[in-house]
Amino acid sequence: MIVSVASGKGGTGKTSVVVNLALSLGEAQIIDCDVEEPNAHILLKPEINETFPVKLLVPRILEERCDFCGECARFCQYHALFVAGETAMVFPELCHSCGGCSIVCPREAIVEEPRQIGRVIKGSADAIDLVYGEINVGEPLAVPVIAAVKEHINVNGIVILDAPPGTACPVVETIHGSDFCLLVTEPTPFGLHDLEIAVEVVKELGLPIGVVVNFAGIGDRGVYDFCEARGIPIMMEIPFDRRIAELYSRGTPFVEAMPEWRGRFKDLAKRIWKGVDA
Amino acid sequence: MNQVTILSGKGGTGKTTITASFAALARNAVLADCDVDAPNLHLLLKPEIQETMEFKGLKLAVIDPERCTRCGLCDEKCRFDAIQGFQVDPLRCEGCKVCVRICPVGAIDFIDRVCGNAYISKTKYGPMSHARLKPGMENSGKLVSLVRQNAKRIAEEWGYELVLVDGPPGIGCPVIASLADVDKGLVVVEPTLSGIHDLKRALELLHHFNVEPLVCVNKHDLNPENTRAVEEFCAREGIEVVGLIPFDPDVTRAMVAGLPVVEYAPESPASRAIKDTWSLLERHFYD
Repeated sequence: MIVSVASGKGGTGKTSVVVNLALSLGEAQIIDCDVEEPNAHILLKPEINETFPVKLLVPRILEERCDFCGECARFCQYHALFVAGETAMVFPELCHSCGGCSIVCPREAIVEEPRQIGRVIKGSADAIDLVYGEINVGEPLAVPVIAAVKEHINVNGIVILDAPPGTACPVVETIHGSDFCLLVTEPTPFGLHDLEIAVEVVKELGLPIGVVVNFAGIGDRGVYDFCEARGIPIMMEIPFDRRIAELYSRGTPFVEAMPEWRGRFKDLAKRIWKGVDA
Repeated sequence: MNQVTILSGKGGTGKTTITASFAALARNAVLADCDVDAPNLHLLLKPEIQETMEFKGLKLAVIDPERCTRCGLCDEKCRFDAIQGFQVDPLRCEGCKVCVRICPVGAIDFIDRVCGNAYISKTKYGPMSHARLKPGMENSGKLVSLVRQNAKRIAEEWGYELVLVDGPPGIGCPVIASLADVDKGLVVVEPTLSGIHDLKRALELLHHFNVEPLVCVNKHDLNPENTRAVEEFCAREGIEVVGLIPFDPDVTRAMVAGLPVVEYAPESPASRAIKDTWSLLERHFYD
């Protein structure tokens, strides 16, 4: 069972929902796919067991074989190669690692070599396993790091994926292959606007959707009206509560200080399982 | 001309609220919304679109079933796992062209893909450059670059001294594109442990690309201890903290009203703090 938690708008409480849900269930695997700014480990405080480098194959030009024909640079769709006169250069951070340059080179002058762009970190806290990724600062391509993190999914148990904010390719990479997508939003015009876009993405992937309204009580009714009109179930509301915000600021999952919420998160899980079977 | 990007690392820390208020306070700036996959600045600045440009990102491979001999070579060579059942999954195709090139019978076409639109608009606060990426699309960095180019061009042509850029969350491709040739990066942070973690990565990114960092703490009263930790960290690193903005329910009310908070409630605590932040920030543009 793979549930992804996404949002469109950032800062709506995805990670808080992921960690509190896992803790309430007692046993789960959290996969933090926000590799640009991973945060689940700050709330979960796991013991780290293993780390793995994430590497991409990038081209190296063998000067002695290259005749500077420029075929590789003309072929590369990402402008990661530059050939002029007697100079051939690679811009590795632009490379998507498609392997095209080495295929088109007529003189077999390009070899591919691994280059580290981030790492995968594995840890655990009691019966909660955590896998998260971290892209190296300055590297633009999050998707290969997300793919590397997802390789550690344990399909035999309950898996909760924490998606990055937004609605672009890193979000698609994260939720692809999930059984259910939970969208966390806030009841404000910003929350509504980004929820609408996120719903489009999830619908395109054909997944069942549920919504969690966080900071309930602020803002307006727009999110509720939208969900009702589109027939999207609101599966949980978390009120705007200064105590919850303060607990979060200290890195404490609020179910630890407010145990009455454990039952509510277990109910949320039941609604999700029902949503998957529907 | 000065260009400043408002960024955060962590999402939802108040970038757009602050950018919109700066737009209202500056009155002589070009505004750019570089959060192209979840843009929000337009909800506060109410732009009137003057010009729409189609944005073509990377191309898309399409297999013609008539010509395809089902040899499977494309699937074997595709590193993005985008080919299944002799069809290309448009959500996974990164437009690398390898399959097009290696198909022995030339059965794969390489077609333009419209990934979104870029807009140039008029707002009551100044011209605005913004965009909308189609949901789920690749290549938001390239669209961010287009938004930046449009903003810079307008500023140059119309004689504006300042470009204010509302950045996307994170530190990846679109954020890097929103920082290219920018003078200053203002990082908006909330005093939470996650916020501080993400602030540090955002500051590393600014350092990596040689952009001068400034910091502003939003909702500083939520956790005074963490706010002090941010101030001490910045002092050690020699980074100026230009603002401490308190939690203020008028910020959400302004959002519901569709106005920058400094216009909606000019004397509210958040508005006053944003004005103070702006006057400190403004000094950096003219020295």
